[in-house]
Amino acid sequence: MSKLINGGIKLLNNTLGWIDDRFPLTKTWNEHLAQYYAPKNFNFWYYFGSLALLVLVIQIVTGIWLTMNYKPSAEHAFASVEYIMRDVNWGWWIRYMHSTGSSAFFIVIYLHMFRGMMYGSYKRPRELLWLTGMFIYLILMAEAFFGYLLPWGQMSYWGAQVIISLFGAIPFIGPELAEWIRGDYVVSDVTLNRFFSFHVIAVPLVLCGLVGLHIFALHEVGSNNPDGVEIKKHKDANGIPLDGIPFHPYYTVKDIVAVVVFLIFFCLVVFFNPEMGGYFLEHANFIPADPLKTPEHIAPVWYFTPFYAILRAVPDKLLGVVAMGASTLIFMTLPWLDRSPVKSIRYRGWKYRTALTIFVITFISLGWLGMQVATPNVTLASRIFAVIYFLFFLLMPFYTANDTDKPVPDRVT
Amino acid sequence: MQDGGIDKKRRHFLTAAATVVGGAGVIATAIPFVSTLSPSAKTKAVGGPIEVDISGLKLGERMVEKWRGKPVWILRRSEESLADLSGMTDILRDPESEVEQQPEYAKNEYRSVNPEYLVVIGLCTHLGCSPNYLARNEANDFGADWKGGFFCPCHGSKFDLAGRVYKGVPAPDNLVVPKYQFISKSKILIGDDSVGNGTGASS
Repeated sequence: MSKLINGGIKLLNNTLGWIDDRFPLTKTWNEHLAQYYAPKNFNFWYYFGSLALLVLVIQIVTGIWLTMNYKPSAEHAFASVEYIMRDVNWGWWIRYMHSTGSSAFFIVIYLHMFRGMMYGSYKRPRELLWLTGMFIYLILMAEAFFGYLLPWGQMSYWGAQVIISLFGAIPFIGPELAEWIRGDYVVSDVTLNRFFSFHVIAVPLVLCGLVGLHIFALHEVGSNNPDGVEIKKHKDANGIPLDGIPFHPYYTVKDIVAVVVFLIFFCLVVFFNPEMGGYFLEHANFIPADPLKTPEHIAPVWYFTPFYAILRAVPDKLLGVVAMGASTLIFMTLPWLDRSPVKSIRYRGWKYRTALTIFVITFISLGWLGMQVATPNVTLASRIFAVIYFLFFLLMPFYTANDTDKPVPDRVT
Repeated sequence: MQDGGIDKKRRHFLTAAATVVGGAGVIATAIPFVSTLSPSAKTKAVGGPIEVDISGLKLGERMVEKWRGKPVWILRRSEESLADLSGMTDILRDPESEVEQQPEYAKNEYRSVNPEYLVVIGLCTHLGCSPNYLARNEANDFGADWKGGFFCPCHGSKFDLAGRVYKGVPAPDNLVVPKYQFISKSKILIGDDSVGNGTGASS
């Protein structure tokens, strides 16, 4: 018996050796998992990177299956989604996985970004890591936008109409640009067909490429941690960081637990509340697109509403579009706006702590305001919060430069 | 060229030549990819003029027709509403319709050929939502002096009963008046003004 086992192991090793001579399998495994040393003090906030990867996989797999029954034409799109929901075996499940997955993606990404802001993960030497992450975020918004047109409901239609019209605000080339994007004078079958192409091929390819870059960049500089100290500064005789532990098996096992917990919540939504009271699947989108009538109350899906509130707050078309664009892009400047020598919130002074708290309240408030009907009070509140939103960034070089930072420990705690 | 030596001049020449030729090729190849996204011949061909019968339209009522995939509104205005229009000047951004959002024959106080009938494209000039029609006696959030008009539910822009935009709202311009003509007292041709307005239109 033991002879048989030994023989089996030997065969396995020989096969591995044969592959390693021709392809860097063991080398890659070691570099990125078994001998990739991550700080030993990761907390709750460090789950969201791997969870984002999990949601990406869910979206790709369910998306491929949805494509098998969906028809990208103005005439058939709405009915084909209903067909998936009612007649295709398990079609409702695959579709709810995909629709819940899109909201889950943004929840995970927003928490992941907030983690970066809390622990200063965008600071030197991780500026490029932060930038690749921001590109992923922008591409993800594009992906969500293209996908939202596909069910061809009222919200799909008028949401696309509004967002494409944003480009019409650009001086001189605007109207022609909007027409070029639509491929028609209004959002139509032509627009739906090309958005389908972008949603299922072009954007996912870019997204996967960027995710690869993001992970490469991460593994070059190494992970930050809740203490914001560099573990590479203290290495043992073998050059291994004293405060580092190999990603596999330590964090692979830890992340699997997070995956289980995440999937419990994910399934609760998929099976018991897939519409989430109109926040994940908007009520107006159960009515087929009608180019003659805008729904009484139109709002984007929750993950776009903070920026939408900023757009609505500005009483000028071009400036509104500029402000909205700036509100998404301004995150990219964080590594250069933040002048503090300290990374982690644990050792930051009261100024940054207060500013970040106000920013979180502002972001959530704008998100809520963006869902409301544009009454004068809502507009006024949106204007106030929009100003605070930008002040958080624009004043950052000042309040971080002379904050009452605490001494940072040499090693992780 | 001698053995073992590297002729860098030749290498530079080859690199530069290949870059120029290749670059031209990339640009030339990009043209079809970019222009294929523009409206196709079929898309352009659809959207001829439409004939609309307005005989059933009552005073203060609005009808919606589809032309080139867009909603076109025809609103029949009362004498009272027409009289209101001249008093709106202070709260409007472009009361004289200076911006070219209408054909020459609709560049007047009423923004129409026949003052009684307003014909406009029902898409907000902000981001293209279709505003709601709120008649003067309808419940509204804008106060008792609301003279009737259009309110965009998307971003809160307001327009008066001539499709003129209010001040202090996100929409920059008045609603667009399409080309149109009266072909009889009760019929409008939208998308075509070849007969010429102001001649057979009134009376």
